[in-house]
Amino acid sequence: MKSLVALCIPAMALALQAHAENTLTVVNFGGANGTAQKKAYYEPFEKSAGARIIPVEYNGEQAKIKAMVETGKVTWDVVEAESADLDRGCDEGLYEKLDWGRIGPKSDFIPAAVHDCGIGIFVWSTVLSYDANRLKDPPKSWADFWDVKRFPGKRALRKNARFNLEFALMADGVKPAEVYKTLATKDGVERAFRKLAELRPHLQWWEAGAQPPQFLVAGDVVMASAYNGRIDAAQREGRNLAIAWAGGIYDLDYWAIPKGTPNRDLATRYIAFAVSPNAQAEFARLISYGPTATKALTKLDAKTLAQLPSAPANAKDALKFDFQFWSDHGEAMEKRFNAWVAQ
Amino acid sequence: MNPNTAEVPWERIGFVAVRALCIAVLMFLLLPIVVIVPLSFSSSSFLVYPVPDWSLRWYRELFDSAEWMRAAKNSFIVAPAATLIATVLGTMAAVGLAQVRFPGKNVLLSVLIAPMIVPIVVVGVGTYLFFARLGLSDSYAGLILVHAALGTPFVLTTVSATLQGFDTNLVRASASLGAAPLETFRRVTLPLIAPGVISGALFAFATSFDEVVVTLFLAGPAQVTLPRQMFTGIRENITPVIAAVATLLIVFTTALMFALEWLRGRRGAGSR
Amino acid sequence: MTAADAGIENMRSALRRDARRRTAAALLLTLPLLAFLLFTFIVPIGALLLRAVDNPEIARALPGTIAALRGWDRESRPPAAAYAAIVADLQALREQSDAGTLARRLNTEVGGARSLVMNTWRALPLPATTDAAQVHAQLIGIDPRWDEPWIWQAIAKNGSRLTPDYLLAAVDLRRTVEGSVESVDADRSAFRRILMRTFSIAAIVTVLCLLLAYPLAWWLSTMTARRANALLIVVLVPFWTSILVRMAAWIVLLQSGGIVNQSLAAAGLIDRPLALLFNRTGVVIAMVHILLPFMVLPLYSVMKGIPRDYVRAAVSLGSHPLAAFVRVYVPQTYAGVAAGSLLVFILGIGYYVTPALLGGPEDQMLSYSVAQYANVHLDWGMACALGGVLLTATLLLYAIYRRLARMEPALA
Repeated sequence: MKSLVALCIPAMALALQAHAENTLTVVNFGGANGTAQKKAYYEPFEKSAGARIIPVEYNGEQAKIKAMVETGKVTWDVVEAESADLDRGCDEGLYEKLDWGRIGPKSDFIPAAVHDCGIGIFVWSTVLSYDANRLKDPPKSWADFWDVKRFPGKRALRKNARFNLEFALMADGVKPAEVYKTLATKDGVERAFRKLAELRPHLQWWEAGAQPPQFLVAGDVVMASAYNGRIDAAQREGRNLAIAWAGGIYDLDYWAIPKGTPNRDLATRYIAFAVSPNAQAEFARLISYGPTATKALTKLDAKTLAQLPSAPANAKDALKFDFQFWSDHGEAMEKRFNAWVAQ
Repeated sequence: MNPNTAEVPWERIGFVAVRALCIAVLMFLLLPIVVIVPLSFSSSSFLVYPVPDWSLRWYRELFDSAEWMRAAKNSFIVAPAATLIATVLGTMAAVGLAQVRFPGKNVLLSVLIAPMIVPIVVVGVGTYLFFARLGLSDSYAGLILVHAALGTPFVLTTVSATLQGFDTNLVRASASLGAAPLETFRRVTLPLIAPGVISGALFAFATSFDEVVVTLFLAGPAQVTLPRQMFTGIRENITPVIAAVATLLIVFTTALMFALEWLRGRRGAGSR
Repeated sequence: MTAADAGIENMRSALRRDARRRTAAALLLTLPLLAFLLFTFIVPIGALLLRAVDNPEIARALPGTIAALRGWDRESRPPAAAYAAIVADLQALREQSDAGTLARRLNTEVGGARSLVMNTWRALPLPATTDAAQVHAQLIGIDPRWDEPWIWQAIAKNGSRLTPDYLLAAVDLRRTVEGSVESVDADRSAFRRILMRTFSIAAIVTVLCLLLAYPLAWWLSTMTARRANALLIVVLVPFWTSILVRMAAWIVLLQSGGIVNQSLAAAGLIDRPLALLFNRTGVVIAMVHILLPFMVLPLYSVMKGIPRDYVRAAVSLGSHPLAAFVRVYVPQTYAGVAAGSLLVFILGIGYYVTPALLGGPEDQMLSYSVAQYANVHLDWGMACALGGVLLTATLLLYAIYRRLARMEPALA
């Protein structure tokens, strides 16, 4: 037992050291996105600020943040948050108000990037993706995604109501501009769930962004909804995956600072660094997510620009995610979706 | 007396069939664990057979990965500390309870064994809610305490089992010779129950070392343990690095197990 | 005589004193563990059960409104005082996060409440007035939805600090606006089904474990102790191997390009890969693999103690060997069968990791719902209520197990 104690003490000392002053815990969505963030943001920042960044992966669950804030023991310093979560979290006091004075003039950024509690990191889109080697006659719309006769095989969708209800309505013939208006009605919700139920026997769900390209590569599914950047990453690894941009839903991810972090100052410095045009342009070169700093766009070549969700050709038939709608109706929809999916 | 000759081959066939089934069951238990080992030495980034070429790249990647190294370090902080607490408390209780009978002892035992039975998710949510209020979530202390609680029933049962064959007259003899109770415990009781204590400690260690659900709830980014890191890896992006970790863990836990078996053998020899 | 009596009496009391002292010492030795478990285990779980009926948010934030709504029939237009009361209550919420907490809670009751509460809170304070009609008009001016009944119903229904709603919802029941209890619509109900599924998966796994473990344990019991111990190692290796390692192994084996499918295809038995992963098959296979040792060990320990003579005697008396086995041997193993089966079943219903990693959404068990509500939906009340249901089922079975087996789950 003495040896056990002897074993523990140096280990604990080590652990305490790890939590020295200049470390910053940055929470991201992992996978290719996390890797790109590491190269474009974390490593250069570590070098320039002399700080150490602990990256943590999550899938957007706000529970941890809520618990940390409520107990006043905040160990996450900067979080990549989706728009609806940021907005809600801001209302509920999960996130600090951002010190815009230290970050830059709001006019340097696209309007959607500006929020009381956060600043847009990048524009991303949830799109229809497929393996171009297997589907010679490519699917073009969500109606094709639902067409199991022309495209036999399984499809993968993210395991929540968000996005899927919109996709279902578009597949059912609702125009992108009408989607949220329809979804706000009781009939519209019924219609979306009915349409989803139609595809149910052919569905495989994913939860982490890294999964849909894996499923496609493994041949488990013929089509999948996916974050466009993850498909881009798979393409860079030589996989012949492709995107149908029409009907994609684009949104921003934001940097936000959980309320009560002891490292607020360093966190703000980090954010200011990460939203600089140079860092954003570098990020966009590593993964095809659109910069929010307007100056970053001018630093990118035409080829990179064409891959971004914000490129005119890609955004033409796309839908802007309505986070206000989901803030209000998200719980009811997710509850119903969960009951349905567990049946 | 009068073996029916027609029945003998049937009996024989039956026995062979049972034995074949048993061997199949043993294969079922063992093969899945063996199968992952070669993949960790594969050069391919996919976890499929046949292995195209042998390489140590995944081990290199593992040892170069700050996340995995941190996870390993955390596991070796939490598990020994939890083991220490569980072993001390569990042994004390087992020694105490072995000496007496009283009404309600069975109920008390049920309570003390409960951490082994209560669904782990309930423990996770409960301790998370409770510890968060005390500021013990996202800390080594919180994780160590709960892991220790989960380990105590194993120590209690193994030590109790050893004590069942224990001759309490030895304690009295020692006491009557003037030894203080603590002295008696250290010089008489402990050496006799040592194999039980150590195997209980090994169980407690394995419990903490393999625990993922409570860790999911209770651990902060700085406390991610090996199973927790594997959980994320398997769920989201299963690569041969997982196979490499798995291989190392198999080697480690098999060593633990043989240590335990050896102790048990020794205990058996001692009591004979 | 009397001296001897006194001597015996002295000895008796000395013995009693000794026994008392030993009992006290024993309890003293047990106390640290008990105190430790109280703090790390029993109290947290008790707090979880309390949390399942806790409903503080609305009562705390809107005391005036709740008072004003007392006696309201929950159908007609709410009393005029309620409008003034909600303005006062919301105005009293200083921090945005207080309003946010209220908005979140009401929104779980009824969609749309979040924006209604937050919009109104942001528009406050209103120009001071004492005229009830004017307050009403101002409120409607901020958001016309204050004229709709649902928000008032949601507030009135949650006026109490304790609520049965989470526990009811955990078994697919709900309270109507009037307060009577009814089943939820079929397309929104989930938990009864998940509970049944939890039991059925655990039952299937238990039966399979028994079918595989029984012959194995019997075979081991016929061997010399030395050989049996050697083979028991094979049972113990997976038992000691990390669950996560085994999950990874099963994914490698069962995936569509995995070894099982490759071998079956090579043998010409299938021409397209079987779906063995992310469905019930994968979950059951892996759970059997994990829980099998828990069945083998108690069975083996019981069978080892059964003398072989009885079966031999029955056969020598002319009984068919199989009949002798079933009639004479099997009944003697019932204790082991019961202990092993209950143990496997109890452990099985609490499973989380295996279905989460190897199952699809149709294979998730109650533990998954608990974690989902805690981590994803942030609905602690619901998570705790579901946890309470799971805990109750487990403890009931555990009580039966203790009564039946009269022993600690023998793992060592």
